[in-house]
Amino acid sequence: MIYGLCLLLFLIGFYGVVVKRNLIKIIMGLIVMEYAVHLFIVLVSYQRGGIVPILEEGQKIGEFVGLAVDPLPQVLVLTAIVINFGITALVVALAVRLYEKYGTFDVGEIRRLRG
Amino acid sequence: MSPIVQTVTRWINSFIFIFGLYVMLYGHVTPGGGFPGGVIIACSFILITLAAGKEFTFRLFSLKQASVVDSLSILLFLIIGFLGMVFGNYFFANFLPPGEAFRLQSGGTIVFSNVVIGFKVSAAIFAMFLYLSLFRLEEGAGEE
Amino acid sequence: MSNLPVLFVILPLGFGFLYILLARRRPFVSEMGSVAVTLTLFMLSLILIGAGYFDGQQVIRSFNLNMGGWALPMGINIYLDSLTVLMLIIVNMISFTVILYSVNYMKKYSSRSYFYALILFMLAGMNGILLTGDLFNLYVFLELASVSSYILVSFGVEAEELEAAFKYLVMGAIASALILLGVIIIYLVSGTLNIAYAAQFIQEYGMNRALYFAFSLLLMGFSLKAALIPFHAWLPDAHPSAPAPISAMLSGVVIKVLGVYALLRVGFNLFDLGNDPYFLNLLLVVGGISLIIGVLLALYQWDIKRLFAYHSISQMGYVVMAIGLGTGLGMVAGLFHLFNHAVFKSLLFLNSGALETATGTRSLKKMGGLARKMPVTAVTSMIGSLSISGIPPFNGFWSKLMIIFAAVLAGQPFYALLAVIGSVLTLASFMKVQRYAFWDKCRLDKKIYESDLTAPIFMRVSMLILAVFCIFLSFLILPGIYRLILSPASLDLLQGAAGYIGGVGL
Repeated sequence: MIYGLCLLLFLIGFYGVVVKRNLIKIIMGLIVMEYAVHLFIVLVSYQRGGIVPILEEGQKIGEFVGLAVDPLPQVLVLTAIVINFGITALVVALAVRLYEKYGTFDVGEIRRLRG
Repeated sequence: MSPIVQTVTRWINSFIFIFGLYVMLYGHVTPGGGFPGGVIIACSFILITLAAGKEFTFRLFSLKQASVVDSLSILLFLIIGFLGMVFGNYFFANFLPPGEAFRLQSGGTIVFSNVVIGFKVSAAIFAMFLYLSLFRLEEGAGEE
Repeated sequence: MSNLPVLFVILPLGFGFLYILLARRRPFVSEMGSVAVTLTLFMLSLILIGAGYFDGQQVIRSFNLNMGGWALPMGINIYLDSLTVLMLIIVNMISFTVILYSVNYMKKYSSRSYFYALILFMLAGMNGILLTGDLFNLYVFLELASVSSYILVSFGVEAEELEAAFKYLVMGAIASALILLGVIIIYLVSGTLNIAYAAQFIQEYGMNRALYFAFSLLLMGFSLKAALIPFHAWLPDAHPSAPAPISAMLSGVVIKVLGVYALLRVGFNLFDLGNDPYFLNLLLVVGGISLIIGVLLALYQWDIKRLFAYHSISQMGYVVMAIGLGTGLGMVAGLFHLFNHAVFKSLLFLNSGALETATGTRSLKKMGGLARKMPVTAVTSMIGSLSISGIPPFNGFWSKLMIIFAAVLAGQPFYALLAVIGSVLTLASFMKVQRYAFWDKCRLDKKIYESDLTAPIFMRVSMLILAVFCIFLSFLILPGIYRLILSPASLDLLQGAAGYIGGVGL
């Protein structure tokens, strides 16, 4: 169920990328799409009543292993956020440069290359 | 920026920086690590830029220095990996003794990797912020 | 020896950052350094042919290395088999010639050290994709290679280049999001990110709906990266807009490694769909459509690089179609054609760069009569054109012949017919290129035509190297060499998940 909501968010982002004609809105669509994936990764490790997967001093190992949530998706989401952060910075820089060249953010007017 | 922002920045900025260092150094025993620590440190620099302007920050940490720190730290990271190959037969082998649990030196090479990644991330994010803000300046100059 | 494969990732990555650190104002250092690094990597990849042992029929290569010494379900491993060795040779050979070429070609650009750093990062990303045995690691390397290629496409910061790069970036980011989603669903179902362990899980419990969903997401993502026909919109913009060496790199290796190799690895070795008729038919249909539509779109192009870019789609269609046949011969033919295409398409793009440098235009309507002025470019371009259109004795002929034979033997004469038609149309469009660029009367400005048009020395050398490879790659089907390189690589795919799991050593 909750995974379905992630998919919905992903599709909203995809809609933004495909339909919108403004560069900034396309970028926002991309970001929404990426965040949907990140949300999904975090949800994968969710478990009711789980605890933080960091061993503290004096904690019993057996109890810790039984309760702690899966730490791997959290590592993965951190990496994915870093990568998407880089992509977002790059795409914003490209959009700014495009605005310098064309004087507009409208995709309809940025069509010097024929499809 | 307004005097309020400047004063508050002056008060809390060093704490933000030190907190970033803490998150970096204790990444292997507490929540955190290289990337969050690096982002916090970069945020402290960005805060200075917002409060005191670009010229002040450039004297502190120029774009060129940021680029140098960026490349240097990734090279140090690879060197840590190479040392693992020399001493432990595998690339990135953890060749230092594991140490006592819950202490700073309990992670072997992980501490050094975290610190290096933290500096890399802080320099890179700061440089990105500066580049994107410089763009706007050039464009504004073009329009006038 | 045991740590040797790691060098394929570290060397380019480290040297790239070294240039940014030390040689920002001294592009000469980074030029020579990049040539040295890629030559070293090419030699190392040739050394890897010697790895493995001979079991009487062919060479078996399976080499597993756990990073940092962590045992497998915990750590990340590097896995090297014959398919990886074949792809490593392709990637490092092309990048060596391309970097040799850019020593002269990139003279007109500023901040060249960044160019070499980025191209080395791209190389590191691609080598990483080939070597890694971990799904998430594959995603990270894929992003490293794609982000570098986005920046390289926009390297000239002209309006068209920025537009093409933006289009490429948006499509690439969608593909990456789909791939990441697929990887995470595999993790959700199987509880592991290691390809071998996930394959074992699938072998034990079979496919379920979630896994099919994950596979379709990965299929879409990798097809976007490979520019197969429903997803090809970005390629004809991005490939011509980049500087010529980058076009050669993108068309020659990037779409193969990021798209086709990753698709094959996931489809055959992880999900073990090598005997699944739906998957194979899908590859056949997509390949056939790409083959025909790509070449039809190429026919009426007048921009020389755009024409070559459409041919890339068409030739990738050949590769995917041949692999979709599902037989051993088809697999070998597909991989052989992949190798050949990397060589002759890079050669053609390098030629187009030489033409553009000399004449200042990419339009075929404005060239002509250049054969006398640019002999090396003309001869190598002739060799490349004959290879791509499948004329004996060049390498393209043998691989296309194998594809047609394989299609007939697999009981798919329709696809054999498609391959023949595609080949004829390719020949037609390359006759047009040859005629308008090199043989017809000159339509150039008199002043440009009279000046010295010959390409600089390194450009000529790298084009000649690739042209020589166009002839010598035919020897890959000689029995001795065939059993050394091509046949074991196809076997790695044919054995599917079982072979991969056994190779990693679970």
